[in-house]
Amino acid sequence: MLENYLPILIFIIVGVLVGVIPQVLGWFIAPQRPDSEKLSPFECGFEAFEDSRMKFDVRYYLVAILFIIFDLEIAFLFPWAVVLREIGMFGFVAMMLFLGILVIGFIYEWKKGALEWE
Amino acid sequence: MLTNMWNWFPGWSQTVIIDLGLIIVIVLPLMLGVAYLTYAERKIIGYMQMRIGPNRVGPRDWLQPIADALKLLLKEIIVPTNSNKFLFLLAPVLAIGPALAAWAVIPFSDTLVLANIDASLLFILALTSMGVYGIIIAGWAANSKYPFLGAMRSAAQMVAYEIAMGFALVGVLMAAGSLNLREIGLAQAGNISDWYLWPLLPLFVVYFISGVAETNRAPFDVAEGESEIVGFHLEYSGMSFAMFFLAEYANMILIATLASIMFLGAWHPPFDVAPFTWIPGLGWLAVKVCLMLFFMLWFRATFPRYRYDQIMRLGWKVFIPVTLVWIVVIGGAIFLSPWGDVFH
Repeated sequence: MLENYLPILIFIIVGVLVGVIPQVLGWFIAPQRPDSEKLSPFECGFEAFEDSRMKFDVRYYLVAILFIIFDLEIAFLFPWAVVLREIGMFGFVAMMLFLGILVIGFIYEWKKGALEWE
Repeated sequence: MLTNMWNWFPGWSQTVIIDLGLIIVIVLPLMLGVAYLTYAERKIIGYMQMRIGPNRVGPRDWLQPIADALKLLLKEIIVPTNSNKFLFLLAPVLAIGPALAAWAVIPFSDTLVLANIDASLLFILALTSMGVYGIIIAGWAANSKYPFLGAMRSAAQMVAYEIAMGFALVGVLMAAGSLNLREIGLAQAGNISDWYLWPLLPLFVVYFISGVAETNRAPFDVAEGESEIVGFHLEYSGMSFAMFFLAEYANMILIATLASIMFLGAWHPPFDVAPFTWIPGLGWLAVKVCLMLFFMLWFRATFPRYRYDQIMRLGWKVFIPVTLVWIVVIGGAIFLSPWGDVFH
């Protein structure tokens, strides 16, 4: 069983190499003529000003939090969905209760306006 | 002679060499597919807009993707002074690595699968969610305002649609009773009527549209609309930029392949009778993948871009409720209704 995972490990290494090798190649083959203007951060037609590590909208943070809740929920649903036929009606009802609680939370955040982007 | 040389390698390294060969057999056609997908995109959208698209390099422009790759290779890789240099160069690797590694578990036909593991769908979900790291690190490491904003938007959009996608997958798992992609494919054996497309139609629509949004494709490309808006890979150039480009197209093919395997009967022909069964399974899968990819290009040529608030509304307020309801419906169908044996 475990030997089935060896190709995956090798594939991940190959994937990383496919990301690294062209960049290294480009580094050596392509010209390198840096100057201070070229290397300055992009700004629309003028010198860059202020720190680019700026404040950002709190809703991105909110989305990240909501994502964790729902993604965790999906992680619970995966094994449940696979063995659904074995655990039968009891398992189905139990998960529906759990989903119901989640939906109440979902309705709450909807009504609170956490999903609004005007 | 050759057998002697082969036997000289210790047993474990023989396995590694064989696996490496098989991986190259997957990755090379995939890279070629990515290259010619960009070509197909430009040609198809060109014809849809009553122009002929690129037609200069080689006969009927067949060499355009090669020329593009060479040009990108010869372009200077710019690393901005303010950037965090290590993370800046790591981000493209984080984008392309998972996009390729996910192919390890894809079944190309009944027997053609590199790593036939039981948790293959979970593995794919884990790897595709790694892609968001590439984007957020790219935007942060550049230390520039527009990439930062673009990365925040892309990341929020991707995680929102990942949830809808995950719920759609749960529906497939309930129907197939397995996380193994090969078994999900086998469960749809038979005619076109046995495909999960029909009982799971809403989930298929949600999955496919979420896939388009996941890959930041039009009409959901607010964060990196090439012509108008500057996105998270603004500060990238040369081969570093090409990695993001490759990752996006490799992810497109991955989404199309997964949609074909989970909803369109994988490698099974639409009708289990003579002329259709002559074509091998790999051929049928390729036809379905090409069809899905064509739809993605068609979307780009047809639909105007969504506004950001519309994107978030669609993801959170339409797709998630639809998938939740359909999961309950499938569960009810399995236990309560006489049609439960639709899912074998």
